[in-house]
Amino acid sequence: MSNNEVKLHSIKRNDTILKVVIYIVCIIFSIMTLFPFVILIANSYKTSIEVQESTLSLISKHPIQNLKFNWHVISSKGTFKPMVGFRNSFIVATLSTILNVYFSSLTAYAITAYEWKLREAFNAMIMAVMMIPGTVTMIGFFQFAYKIGLVNKLSALILPSIAAPMTVFFMRQYLQASLSMEIVQSARIDGAGEFRIFNQIVVPLMKPAIATQAIFAYVGSWNNLFSPMILLTDGNKKTLPVMVSLLNGDIYKTEYGAIYLGLLITVLPLIVVYAFLSRYIVEGVALGGVKS
Amino acid sequence: MRNKKLVDYAKYGYIFSIPFILAFCIFTLYPVVYTFIIGFTNLKGAGNTEFQFLPAVGKNLFQNFMDVLKAKTFKQAFGTTCIIWIMNFIPQIGFALLFTAWFTDRRSKVKGTGLFKILFYMPNIITAATMAILFQKLFGYPIGAVNQLLGHLQPGRQPYNYLINNVPIKLIIAFVQFFQWYGHTMVNLTAGVIGISPEIFEAAEIDGANRVQTFFRITIPCIRQIMLFVLVTSLIGGLNMFDIPELLVGSKQGNGAAITTNMYIRNLAFDGSYLYNRAAAASVILFLVIVALSAVLFFVMRDKDEAKIKKLKKAELRAARKGL
Repeated sequence: MSNNEVKLHSIKRNDTILKVVIYIVCIIFSIMTLFPFVILIANSYKTSIEVQESTLSLISKHPIQNLKFNWHVISSKGTFKPMVGFRNSFIVATLSTILNVYFSSLTAYAITAYEWKLREAFNAMIMAVMMIPGTVTMIGFFQFAYKIGLVNKLSALILPSIAAPMTVFFMRQYLQASLSMEIVQSARIDGAGEFRIFNQIVVPLMKPAIATQAIFAYVGSWNNLFSPMILLTDGNKKTLPVMVSLLNGDIYKTEYGAIYLGLLITVLPLIVVYAFLSRYIVEGVALGGVKS
Repeated sequence: MRNKKLVDYAKYGYIFSIPFILAFCIFTLYPVVYTFIIGFTNLKGAGNTEFQFLPAVGKNLFQNFMDVLKAKTFKQAFGTTCIIWIMNFIPQIGFALLFTAWFTDRRSKVKGTGLFKILFYMPNIITAATMAILFQKLFGYPIGAVNQLLGHLQPGRQPYNYLINNVPIKLIIAFVQFFQWYGHTMVNLTAGVIGISPEIFEAAEIDGANRVQTFFRITIPCIRQIMLFVLVTSLIGGLNMFDIPELLVGSKQGNGAAITTNMYIRNLAFDGSYLYNRAAAASVILFLVIVALSAVLFFVMRDKDEAKIKKLKKAELRAARKGL
């Protein structure tokens, strides 16, 4: 064997070793990811005693019966109302996602397509606003909501999403790369109004970016705990994460199986949605990537 | 200028920005200003909206701020927040970079990256509240899954209460935070690497750079902007940590070892004492800390060459003007 061949051989062997290491680490992390979900499912159909005996076993004596009983426990004790939480979270997340992506696209379009005096200043302001964490506004927002009667109103959680600086920032990145002013010009020559151009030409062009940002906005809104916890005190207005936090309460302290079922119920819809849309999330984030 | 024709349309730029500006002023700017103002007043008590500025009731204007800064509990909460953030961020960015390097490596072509990416991102979509309670049950005392497992491995072992001891609590919270965010960070970084022109990598390969060299000398400098974005958003999110420590441990358990700044603020304002003024002062302090740290990050990670070019251009302009 010549020297070169030996070298090539050792590079190849190193490659195989590296690949094996990569797969082992990835599989360990995959198991780590799936572990909590397996635990959730496996304990949702057990009795409290079975959970106490072994959280890690997958076997139960009467799974169907236990599932029914656990469902009865979580839906009958009053405070944790999964269906009400679902409905409220669905309303809040859907409406705020629509407002978020539509008005963010509009604002991004205003910054990208038009030359106006305060454009640069406005753009800089949006970048700065991204840094204001939502929680810092909470004390003032609560006082303000209290004054104008927005406490316990779902709209207090929906309307603020009209101004979503992070989404505007991403949308602008996307528009700068993909919007050609020629299309807009030709639509103008055809006599279309500016607003109509935006709705019928620009919005369809932005579909991929809108899809990605809509998923982020939806998940963010669905999972939000801090502001709903402060703004919503009425049991019939609470969103799902606030309902979940009730599972921590004393009345469920010994109902282990029921708690796992309650948690599973809050997770399932997100998993189902994710199964269908994960492609957009994982590939689509590239759209929002800062181009350097 | 290519946009001369657009000048007529300038007003639409303003019109289309109106909804954003309105919503921003009502729901962000006004509350922020209000929070600042409350910090200087005597506003407290449930449902109270009447207040006076502190000097009007014979107190120092900065009394609330001084009270907060003096309070041992605030310092402890802030320290806890920082420690947990750092313990989660270092492994988070580390593993995210490692997976990014592996998944985007042109030479080894790992199979199944799509599936791994989807799996690793999954914890991020799950409600943090759910995650927190799940982990609380797993680390439960005396019969949580972890205690059960260790009991099986080592018969006769006494169960350990993880959630009341300073170090284990912080480690568990940091782990949940890491678990939820490493995939998100990885996906962001991968997106950045995909955006780098392949020619650069080809050139490096031809020049004989090995994988490690390529990654540290080419990939990382090229994704600096995204690293900055990840760092700043993670810092803001980390200093605002709330859901996981609140539901995993809560304010009452664990001897306060898991109280973060945001939990401290919420307890002041909405838990019994309704000290809106002091809570407002605390959140203003938190805000200023975030702005200061973000500014430092932006300064440290700024594009030095670009800044130089800008400076040169400005100098040229000035010289040209003087010349005229």
